[in-house]
Amino acid sequence: MTPKNESKITSPKIRAPQIKLLEQLCNACAVSGDEGEVRALVLEQVRPHADEVKVDALGNVLVTRKGTARGRKRLRVLLDAHMDEVGFMLTHDEGKGIFRFDTVGGLDIRQLVGKPVWVGRDHVPGVIGAKPIHLTTAKERERSIPLDTLRIDIGPGGDPKIKVGDWATFATSFTRLGPSMRGKALDDRLGVVLLIELLKHAPPNIDLLAAFTVQEEVGLRGARVAAYAFEPDIGIALDCTPALDLPIWEDDDHAPSENTSYNTRLGAGPAIYTADRATMSDPRLIRHLVETAEELDIPYQFRQPGGGGTDAGAIQLAHTGVPSISVSVPGRYLHTAASITRLSDWQHTITLIYAALSRMTPKILAQDR
Amino acid sequence: MKSLIKKLVESTGPSGYETQVRDVIRAEVEPYADEVRIDALGNLIAIKGEPSEDGKKILLAAHMDEIGIIATHVDEHGFVRFTTIGGVNPRTCVGGRVRFLNGTIGVIGHEYIKDRSRLPTIEQMYIDVGAKNRASCPVKVADTAAFERPYLELGDRLVSKAMDDRIGAAILIETMRQLENSPHQNFYVFSVQEEVGLRGATTAAYGIDPDIGIALDVTLSGDTPKSIKMEVSLGKGPAIKVRDSGMFSDPQVVDWMVKIAEQDKLPYQLEVLEGGTTDARAIQLSRAGVPSGCISIPCRYVHAPSEMVDLNDVQNAVKLLLGLLSRPVQLD
Repeated sequence: MTPKNESKITSPKIRAPQIKLLEQLCNACAVSGDEGEVRALVLEQVRPHADEVKVDALGNVLVTRKGTARGRKRLRVLLDAHMDEVGFMLTHDEGKGIFRFDTVGGLDIRQLVGKPVWVGRDHVPGVIGAKPIHLTTAKERERSIPLDTLRIDIGPGGDPKIKVGDWATFATSFTRLGPSMRGKALDDRLGVVLLIELLKHAPPNIDLLAAFTVQEEVGLRGARVAAYAFEPDIGIALDCTPALDLPIWEDDDHAPSENTSYNTRLGAGPAIYTADRATMSDPRLIRHLVETAEELDIPYQFRQPGGGGTDAGAIQLAHTGVPSISVSVPGRYLHTAASITRLSDWQHTITLIYAALSRMTPKILAQDR
Repeated sequence: MKSLIKKLVESTGPSGYETQVRDVIRAEVEPYADEVRIDALGNLIAIKGEPSEDGKKILLAAHMDEIGIIATHVDEHGFVRFTTIGGVNPRTCVGGRVRFLNGTIGVIGHEYIKDRSRLPTIEQMYIDVGAKNRASCPVKVADTAAFERPYLELGDRLVSKAMDDRIGAAILIETMRQLENSPHQNFYVFSVQEEVGLRGATTAAYGIDPDIGIALDVTLSGDTPKSIKMEVSLGKGPAIKVRDSGMFSDPQVVDWMVKIAEQDKLPYQLEVLEGGTTDARAIQLSRAGVPSGCISIPCRYVHAPSEMVDLNDVQNAVKLLLGLLSRPVQLD
């Protein structure tokens, strides 16, 4: 877990206070469009460390921390982590505490049945209900249950303040499991804490422009306006990406075979993006991160090129273009009630980003791609 | 012009990795431009002329990138799994060859599929570069490649991979060479990442803030056995785009192109493309909006490794552009 050359790196460390902050942030509810609870926690954390803090028209928290190094031009580097999480919105009040709902962001309907939820800003407990096994037929159990037959039930006489238009999310309390962490919304509260820590320990050679963004899960909306406002030289999205590093078996003979599409693997370090549906990462930034990791013996992996997208996709298109990349902490079971991530991956991600930022000069953009 | 086309199509430049193509084009345009610059995303922008009273700022765009693949995994036996960059059809992959940026060449194979009526999916395919195991494989995860196929001249018909859109780049370069006087300030943009979502043109157009935008790209044709229904054929002249699935060309730009083609007695066709779009869409939507259009080169087998165009259409597209750029224009 500890890089061999870790002593050379004065990177921020993940210790009890950072894990405590992550716990607070994961237990907060901030479904896309309703990020206020996380925003309040972020503002409280970043204010003492900022030259400028602004909440923009869409609700992004935009923080500037200028570098202190003199004599050379400092790169303006935008670091981005999204505050929002996937969840639900109540759409119809059917009375007696029963609500129809819609999903917000990418959710697999098959994952929803039977999950406890928190509804509204007061975290009113509820459950996503469906017919219990006593009453279902074998045929019914073969099919997934369509969204329009699912309900969020807060019970008869439940909180009278709950109304149509309220958001809801999975009711999962953060838990530490030895070297791992389990919780909802680790995507992207892991990134939010990383970004807070980077603001607290900003490298002196760059101007750090931190965007804690809204509405990533519904189409990179916050990042688009944040990047427009900052007009940075470089953009880096800090996010969380799925790991599908489970054993697989062939359908025919049940012999285990090599897993060729795992996206990322838990415990293999920060996942550097090279290509997804929204972004071809800038090759100079890929090289910079890889060289930094290799010189300092920080574990890293490439996220397998493929689908998906991060805020980098919006950042790169701002103004006349922004060389951009994403680095993610791998996590199993993202966009479900409970994800699992590794502390070591989280630590190595902040170590890598901090080291890479510390070595960043305008020369990086003068290189050939 | 054929040798220029050959040089361009034989360069390798999948979206996001256009360096080789950019270097080739840069060497070609530098003698004819007042200024050449490369922007943050890698667009090559060659500027010729000054802003003048009866002139416009005209953005001319042809994309440098081509469709391709990117490695996602190298297995223990040295086979390379991959995913696509841009609109690659699995039908055109089987048995094909690819060239990685590091020069490695590989052939595309696929897992055994019992049902012969079914096409393998990209996930069932792999690239065999002749390696015997992971350690000796010269390809690593995230390496990119383009399809590999030699350039052919079949009479007036030119065939190659990446005609889309090196043919547009060739037309722009040739136009720069031949254009002696223009009242306009012309921005020749060789854009990146068109095939993955018009990204380069989006930021280039924002930076240039032009008065008029014109894309040069290929379009489909309806002149092959049981083809799609489309009023565009090879050899009948450059196609003036009226509409595609991403934009309506500005009617004034269409009228302007038609008028000049008729004045100069150049063959042309009108194009309505039902699937696909070009950099012109991104230019049109830049800032407060830009009157935009597109001159298309009819092309058979688009996004297959053997794209076919007619040299006469290419030469007439150059003449049409020269006609457009050498006279003042008033859109109203």
